[in-house]
Amino acid sequence: MTQGPPRGANSAPSQRPLADTRAPDESDGVDTSPSVFDRIAKTTCYMCACRCGIDVHVKDGKIRYINGNKDHPVNRGVICGKGSSGIMQHYSPARLKKPLLRSGPRGSGEFREIEWEEAFSIATERLSDIRRTDPKKLAFFTGRDQSQSLTGWWASQFGTPNFAAHGGFCSVNMAAGGLYTIGGSFWEFGEPDWDNTKYFMLFGVAEDHDSNPIKIGLGKLKARGAKVVSINPCRTGYNAIADDWIGIRPGTDGLFVFALIHELLKAGRIDLDYLLRYTNAHVLVIQEPGAADDGLFLRGGDGDPLAWDRVAERPVSATDADAKPALTGSYDVDGRRCVPVFRLIADRYLDESCAPDAVAERCGIPAGTIRRIAAELAHIAFEQTIELPVAWTDWAGRRHETIKGRPVSMHAMRGISAHSNGFHTCRAIHLLQVLLGTVDVPGGFRFKPPYPKSAPPGPKPAGRDTKPMTPLDGMPLGFVCGPDDLLVDGAGTPLRIDKAYSWDSPLAAHGLMHTVIRNAWAGDPYKIDTLMMYMSNMAWNSSMNTVETMAMLTDHDEAGNYRIPFIIYSDAYYSETVPFADLVLPDTTYLERHDCISLLDRPISHADGPGDAIRHPVVEPDRDVRPFQSALIELGARLGLPGFVDGDGSAKYSDYADYIVNHERTPGIGPLAGWRGKDGTSIGKGEVNPDQLQRYVDNGGFWHHDFADDQRYYKMANRSYLDFALQMGFIPKAEPIVFQLYSEPLQRFRLAARGHGRVQPPESERQRIETYMDPLPFWYMPLEEASVDLEKYPLHALTQRPMHMYHSWGSQNAWLRQITSQNRLFVHHRTGAGLGLADDDWVWIESINGKVKGQIKLVDGVNESTVWTWNAIGKRRGSWGLKDDAAESNRGFLLNHIIGDQTSADASGKRYSNSDPVTGQAAWFDLRVRIAKCAVEETGFTEPQFERFQQPPHFEPSPDKLTFGAGFRQAREATE
Amino acid sequence: MTCLPGPGGKKLGLVIDLDTCVGCQACVTACKEWNTGGHMAPLTDIDPYGGHVDGVWFNRVHSYEHITEMGGRTVNFPRSCLHCETPACVTVCPTGASYKRASDGIVLVDEDKCIGCKLCSWACPYGAREFDTDVGVMKKCTLCVDRIYNDNLDEGDRVPACVAACPTSARHFGDLGDSQSPVSQLVAERGGVDLMPELGYRPTNKYLPPRAHTQRAASVAAPALEPVRAEGGFLGWVDRMLSS
Repeated sequence: MTQGPPRGANSAPSQRPLADTRAPDESDGVDTSPSVFDRIAKTTCYMCACRCGIDVHVKDGKIRYINGNKDHPVNRGVICGKGSSGIMQHYSPARLKKPLLRSGPRGSGEFREIEWEEAFSIATERLSDIRRTDPKKLAFFTGRDQSQSLTGWWASQFGTPNFAAHGGFCSVNMAAGGLYTIGGSFWEFGEPDWDNTKYFMLFGVAEDHDSNPIKIGLGKLKARGAKVVSINPCRTGYNAIADDWIGIRPGTDGLFVFALIHELLKAGRIDLDYLLRYTNAHVLVIQEPGAADDGLFLRGGDGDPLAWDRVAERPVSATDADAKPALTGSYDVDGRRCVPVFRLIADRYLDESCAPDAVAERCGIPAGTIRRIAAELAHIAFEQTIELPVAWTDWAGRRHETIKGRPVSMHAMRGISAHSNGFHTCRAIHLLQVLLGTVDVPGGFRFKPPYPKSAPPGPKPAGRDTKPMTPLDGMPLGFVCGPDDLLVDGAGTPLRIDKAYSWDSPLAAHGLMHTVIRNAWAGDPYKIDTLMMYMSNMAWNSSMNTVETMAMLTDHDEAGNYRIPFIIYSDAYYSETVPFADLVLPDTTYLERHDCISLLDRPISHADGPGDAIRHPVVEPDRDVRPFQSALIELGARLGLPGFVDGDGSAKYSDYADYIVNHERTPGIGPLAGWRGKDGTSIGKGEVNPDQLQRYVDNGGFWHHDFADDQRYYKMANRSYLDFALQMGFIPKAEPIVFQLYSEPLQRFRLAARGHGRVQPPESERQRIETYMDPLPFWYMPLEEASVDLEKYPLHALTQRPMHMYHSWGSQNAWLRQITSQNRLFVHHRTGAGLGLADDDWVWIESINGKVKGQIKLVDGVNESTVWTWNAIGKRRGSWGLKDDAAESNRGFLLNHIIGDQTSADASGKRYSNSDPVTGQAAWFDLRVRIAKCAVEETGFTEPQFERFQQPPHFEPSPDKLTFGAGFRQAREATE
Repeated sequence: MTCLPGPGGKKLGLVIDLDTCVGCQACVTACKEWNTGGHMAPLTDIDPYGGHVDGVWFNRVHSYEHITEMGGRTVNFPRSCLHCETPACVTVCPTGASYKRASDGIVLVDEDKCIGCKLCSWACPYGAREFDTDVGVMKKCTLCVDRIYNDNLDEGDRVPACVAACPTSARHFGDLGDSQSPVSQLVAERGGVDLMPELGYRPTNKYLPPRAHTQRAASVAAPALEPVRAEGGFLGWVDRMLSS
């Protein structure tokens, strides 16, 4: 076997093999060199959204074990708790076996098995009718899909605007907050400079996106002694190892960040040079209340924003590299009063309402702690700067002899995202980063290509005009820049079933999957015919208000027909959503399929270079199942969708693998960027290479390009990087990306609310738009908190997934459930004492939306006004191959039951989606509850309880014993 | 009674960094996965989909809260066999099934000799023994004895599965009998400790303590921020900075 230099993340001298790995002389007869594989398939994990490279070891035709691929850019050889449990997922007894057609009442789980031909015929007939008459009556929502460049394009070719994945209930506040501000995002689109940062702030992160990269990074920080500060109401996981745990009160992170900004501004500890070079801080904003362009940028004849040159004392182009722009003052330009963006920032955040003393109590953080953290940020950013000895050239042609960095980095996710004030809070964090000059610099937060893009990125959402038999004129999801881009009709009524890009949620860049079932049920804004979903547990842990959601899925109209007429669902497992489908398309496991982790969708790049990857079948399915993407491509061909058929009407692609290689979105650009061109020598753009998939397989399942040293930082303004990004098709022009501290698109909505512009909000929406579409980040109380009686519901209630299940939609497997099969409600011991609660007590957890019962655990590591639990542990009886006495359905509970999917009615009686009013992000974490001890006879079991699902045909009862691995040993010993 | 080998040179073991462990369970399932098909295969799971699930695991992670004078902290604590130098689980064994290898110090169970009396699990104060009720045999961590010397693996992969998997690099492996080995040096540098040393079993595995609320915690000696002193306040300062 080969011996080379140590590879992978765990290659410290204390983690390497013994210097001499020959087995010692020992007479115990232990076989120290058993054969453990016949072959190794290098593919991509799908136990969560992280997309790690895995080496699947196959022995005797079975999966023996899976370990991390040491050469893979995402995980560099490590593997998480989910990844190693992939075997149990792959061999799960809950795997669907064959297409199913509902034979009993919806929700019962009564099905009959059908052939694929019949399944395709049913779907084709139904969808053909829809496409011929009114394509938007198909709502296609793909859940935790990682193939959105295919599924979104399919929807577009079908002609329905009603498409999205699950981002609207996941992280769109982070995506939109970032993309509208810095043209990139935390999420998995950027990463701290783990090798250089000296101070790392982690806001609201449990496991979340980029899980192994963050863990690898934390390991590096710990090894180096860099300081880790976590801001999180719960002290679990990453927060448990922070040097400083700030147990903030939920939903107040924005206030905390503004107080940091206040302190930094007051002390002059901000990077003015960085602001002038890379942001719109100097751009002039028109100050003319009542005017149609009040609050917009002053622009020159060519449309470029203008700044005030303080030396020449005249307006100049804001991108004039030789100008000396002012950041303060007020200027009269052709009779119009204008001020630089920075002046507005200073005015707002220097206000005493942003001072630490003003926010401390509400945040639950002592003012002294806030001042200390501000001082630490300033000290690291300005006194411990780093300089890499690498020359680079900026967009304007200015050569810099070194790369300078301020080694403060930040990451933020769900705890920021899942509040109804999350968009502005996310923008606040980006503002803090930018004021410190820490975005895409050594030691700071770094973009992963294809980011940064212009803020916001270019394409607008398509779907304004839907016509029978006609594709959309673009992709269903995109980025609006003002009211003109909304998908609303003349009366302001939403054009999409989920009301994305409407006045309710204007910047809904990921759609609102969490509103689809209610809206389809209510026929608001219109009735649909078919709801097609993939890989999202919408009848259980992926919905708010689960009880009512299940009722809506099974509700009938006056004529006795289901109010949502037809439901098609694809899943690999018998999840809680399958029984609510009329037609079930059984998917494969991730080890039985092709997939493509594409730069057109959510790539596996890291900050030092772009990358993408594939999955390829390691073993053949032993059931009559098909990869959903291949089924979708076949359905597209049967429907005759343009793009899925050739001129003669025959199928253009035989399956997903064929599509991955041969599809071109624009000439030369396809799903995979590596080994393009006939000879496989091009990257990014190039002709189709029929050998492309094999090249990926040969390279370990992925492609990665490493940047030259001068391309790695300041990507927003780095000429060499921008030229590369243009050549790769990441950006349309090699122009600098300007950070939008002040967001003009938001101001355009405000102007509409004030009566300006062609597209006007209904009267009833004006105030809401005026309030929330603030062009600078601001804080407001989360909407539920602002509307409920806080004395009656005194506690915040949160959920998080345990690390060994995060983002693992199929986490229900024999090994992981042994680690967590019953979730507790974690309560601070002082809070518990105040309520007369003891450890292990059963309590009712009650919100304005209902109540659920669970068992508590008293802890120290939680904000005292907060209770929380592990999410999605509770399972419904009859699902996931679990037995009736499983803890998951008897003692585990779902907090979802008491999280409302709508806000309380406003003065006019209108109830909005329980979401961020800017982006439509589901506000899971706004929940307020009270808890009370159960009566003795109520203890020991959770409520509400639901009827047991019937089992699909040919489902064997799950085994009473698992001896996985015994077979390998038997085979081994038989050959000895 | 089973005898211990005489003092040997090598003491192979693990070093676990409690300052870095986030409790992600990666080592737990990587261990389960390797070992359920490995030397002591299988790691049986009884009632795997039911209400009384009970499986064999060689490595488990527990999370504790620890309240100190300076505040509370959460500690994630991975627990597996410590491969003690004087393990009671070996000396208590009536059949010689439980034994300590002379060559490398790994404590193993010979399943053919194990009568399932469980004396070893009573003797082990660390709870590191796992009884497989299906076959009536005691099982335990092998330190991946079928990985660390395995000719069929790439040389770089010949480390325990838990060490290879650990995403935060909190697990280390090597010869703790050699004071110059990288693991021994790490233990010295970080003040590594034995678990319950007072019991006298002299564990080989070491734990590196958490640094929060200790002098080892990362800290930043930052002077308090002072408001800018410039004519015109903050905006005046900005103007002065831009003009300079």
